[in-house]
Amino acid sequence: MSPETINLTLKVWRQHGPEDQGRFITYQANDIPTAASFLEMLDIVNERLIVEGQDPIAFDHDCREGICGMCGAVINGRPHGPEKETTLCQLHMRGFQDGDTIVIEPFRARAFPVIKDLAVDRRALDKIIQAGGFISVNTGQAPEANSLPVPKSNAELAFDAATCIGCGACVAACPNASAMLFVSAKISHLALLPQGRPEAAKRALAMVAEMDRLGFGNCTNHKECQVECPKGINITNIARLNREFIKAAVSSPEEIPVFPAGRPEALQMGAK
Amino acid sequence: MQLDAKIPGGPLETKWDRQRFELKLVSPANKRKFHIIVVGTGLAGASASAALAELGYQVKTFCIQDTPRRAHSIAAQGGINAAKNYPNDGDSIWRLFYDTIKGGDFRAREGNVYRLAQVSNLIIDHCVAQGIPFAREYGGLLANRSFGGAQVSRTFYAKGQTGQQLLLGCYSALSRQVAAGQVTMLPRREMLDLVLVNGQARGIVVRNLITGAIERHAAHAVVLATGGYGNVFQPFTTNGMGSNVGAAWRAYKRGAGFANPCFTQIHPTCIPMHGDYQSKLTLMSESLRNDGRVWVPKQAGDQRRPEDIPEDERDYYLERIYPSFGNLSPRDIASRAAKFQCDQGKGVGATGRAVYLDFAAAIKRLGRAEIEARYGNLFQMYEKITGEDPYQTPMMIYPASHYAMGGLWVDYNLMSTIPGLFVLGEANFSDHGANRLGASALMQGLADGYFIIPYTIGGYLAGTALGEVNESHQAFTDAEMEVNAKINRLFQIRGSRSAASFQIDLGHIMWEYCGMSRNDAGLQKGKQLVADLRQEFWENLTLPGSTGEFNQSLEKASRVADFLEFAELVISDALARRESCGCHFNEAFQTEEKEAKRDDAQMCHVAVWEYAGEGHEPIFAKEPLVFEFVKLVERSYK
Repeated sequence: MSPETINLTLKVWRQHGPEDQGRFITYQANDIPTAASFLEMLDIVNERLIVEGQDPIAFDHDCREGICGMCGAVINGRPHGPEKETTLCQLHMRGFQDGDTIVIEPFRARAFPVIKDLAVDRRALDKIIQAGGFISVNTGQAPEANSLPVPKSNAELAFDAATCIGCGACVAACPNASAMLFVSAKISHLALLPQGRPEAAKRALAMVAEMDRLGFGNCTNHKECQVECPKGINITNIARLNREFIKAAVSSPEEIPVFPAGRPEALQMGAK
Repeated sequence: MQLDAKIPGGPLETKWDRQRFELKLVSPANKRKFHIIVVGTGLAGASASAALAELGYQVKTFCIQDTPRRAHSIAAQGGINAAKNYPNDGDSIWRLFYDTIKGGDFRAREGNVYRLAQVSNLIIDHCVAQGIPFAREYGGLLANRSFGGAQVSRTFYAKGQTGQQLLLGCYSALSRQVAAGQVTMLPRREMLDLVLVNGQARGIVVRNLITGAIERHAAHAVVLATGGYGNVFQPFTTNGMGSNVGAAWRAYKRGAGFANPCFTQIHPTCIPMHGDYQSKLTLMSESLRNDGRVWVPKQAGDQRRPEDIPEDERDYYLERIYPSFGNLSPRDIASRAAKFQCDQGKGVGATGRAVYLDFAAAIKRLGRAEIEARYGNLFQMYEKITGEDPYQTPMMIYPASHYAMGGLWVDYNLMSTIPGLFVLGEANFSDHGANRLGASALMQGLADGYFIIPYTIGGYLAGTALGEVNESHQAFTDAEMEVNAKINRLFQIRGSRSAASFQIDLGHIMWEYCGMSRNDAGLQKGKQLVADLRQEFWENLTLPGSTGEFNQSLEKASRVADFLEFAELVISDALARRESCGCHFNEAFQTEEKEAKRDDAQMCHVAVWEYAGEGHEPIFAKEPLVFEFVKLVERSYK
């Protein structure tokens, strides 16, 4: 463990609420231990701000083990920072140099209004899951667990897709602020399993329609999402989503949900 | 305090059947007339919300995170137990029951634990039907692995992310009910008080964490599934940053008994502290001890790099003290031994609070490729956090607080001492006694939520006279005033220290005096230090901003205030338990081999504490534990 410390200049996005315009404020962050995580670095900065009577930087976080998906910010232009398959809480300061300037911004997307500073409202992702990201089984209805064998390779592909932590980095990385990687991960997880097939067509149509309604953009194959995904979710899942969607649209009796045009709902959520 | 566990009579195997028959039912048409509040969306809370909504109840569900999918159940790694006996290796409901009772050092109820084992198989069925991608064999059937010293393979798993997958399963079921209009989901809300009307739990007061608004929510019953209190040891804990005792503590102050608060599990293999800025510790799978050798330098204060310390100047203390179990000694033993070495000044690393876990011998014996195949992802995670390559230099590990066996007291129906207040999952005390076995937490959370509360809450609602209560009731007004007064008091202190700094100080006190190895003098001292710190908190806290906004400092301060009160109860409970059992080790009660020495004649009970008002010692009550079906024996590690 190196006891080394570095001095940093932080340019942090400060925004009081969804209606505030927001601005970058520059902070001098001196004597930051290189062994600290990025969030611990922010803790140190906030501790100093609080003692000086200033408003600390708001940011979301919880597990600090890279699994809950609550943390996330754009670091020097990259969601969760520069390290591959690493959430912000698992990014460590030893990757930075003494004297570096670090630009820290919230995940920016039309569907993710800023609550304060780096904390954004990602309930739009919940709404997409509510539109169909489940298998309709009531408690008590399940057959015996081993009555339905699942090919090991399918189970593993389903698992890989299911590891999505719902952080929204894919949306923040996408020039269209599309949630296609997020949606495709859930569609793939369930479509690959026999339990998920009965509702596959309905699910694909409903989740995509909900994504559109909430103000997320569409996919134009920039592949930025795959690069920034902290769980390494692959864009082949988007191909699978497209296949499921087209199959459902063309050959299933399910109707494509149509929502009234107008302002996307996510923008109106505010504090409700 | 009246403690009637309401365990049905008769043979163990038929208790739950009998209870389900005897509990009154709410007719399908009447369920929609009942409103139920669920606080918390981990495995227990999300599964309860979904299962109750499926039945037709009107459910309001609250969580402190931005979405229910963040709850800390998500961080559970290893797996979930069930008595399926798929490997044909001798498992049974009875064996799972017995292992759990014995693992808990005979401080849990037979009736509850047997029911847990009974419903374990239903959980696996349900999770598979939900699409949980459990590990499978080539034939497409479910795979099992061994876990936590059990002699059978009964653990179902999804790589090292079982908790995540199970939680996302509950979350999907919950989301389906939100879409169906059966659940109203209220994220970023923190419960700040429980509201009682005529002695019954009829609602909660919450703070909207985005706007700061104080909100009232009324219901016919309240379900708490708010997790454990391991953060009383923060930063010496694997708990998530938001996990807190607040909701349970406020319920305690409204009259709910708190059971066995001193039963806190310490996990031996976590990445140690490396600086005073550190917020928490990260768990490293216990499986590493299969091939890693634990050691410290023989010479206290040895500052050399581990590679430079010759073999004969190293103390492989677990192999030396426990020759039969060696590096695979049980969790509590391994944790205490590491602490003991560090207390003697032999700890390593920058802070001296760490021991080596060395793979050099295993790499020499098996080759690097084999070690990489077995532990590659763990080695990678270790390197990411510490910046050191464990293939080249020994890992450093240290124990950390992990799970709370103690919690709010509940009867067989999972109802607390307050009628209409139910408590599920880690937040209750019910099933793990003085020590929880690996892969049993996920099992209990889902058992409580999917398969127990849907029956027992119906029995309560059908059999209880519940008057009309809404949010304008005086009890809500009073509770809201108290909540506001407490928040205002925090802002008026205007001192100079942050809430976070108090939490860290509290964690240090608890870890030092009420941690892995306890003694009366230390506990007394700890109790005084906690009282002093609490006093300083109320004189010297500084709190930025105001209450009418998104204010994470206020959230923290409110939680720390509760922890500062709760910590004293943990210590009082540790002092009152005149024995060592499971995770609770009082140095005055040990065998000649320094093992925990139970006192079944005097201490075979659940210790329950009742709030007696500000400035008064809590009232102590006992629920005797009666063992009709198993014989109490000494846990042997030899």
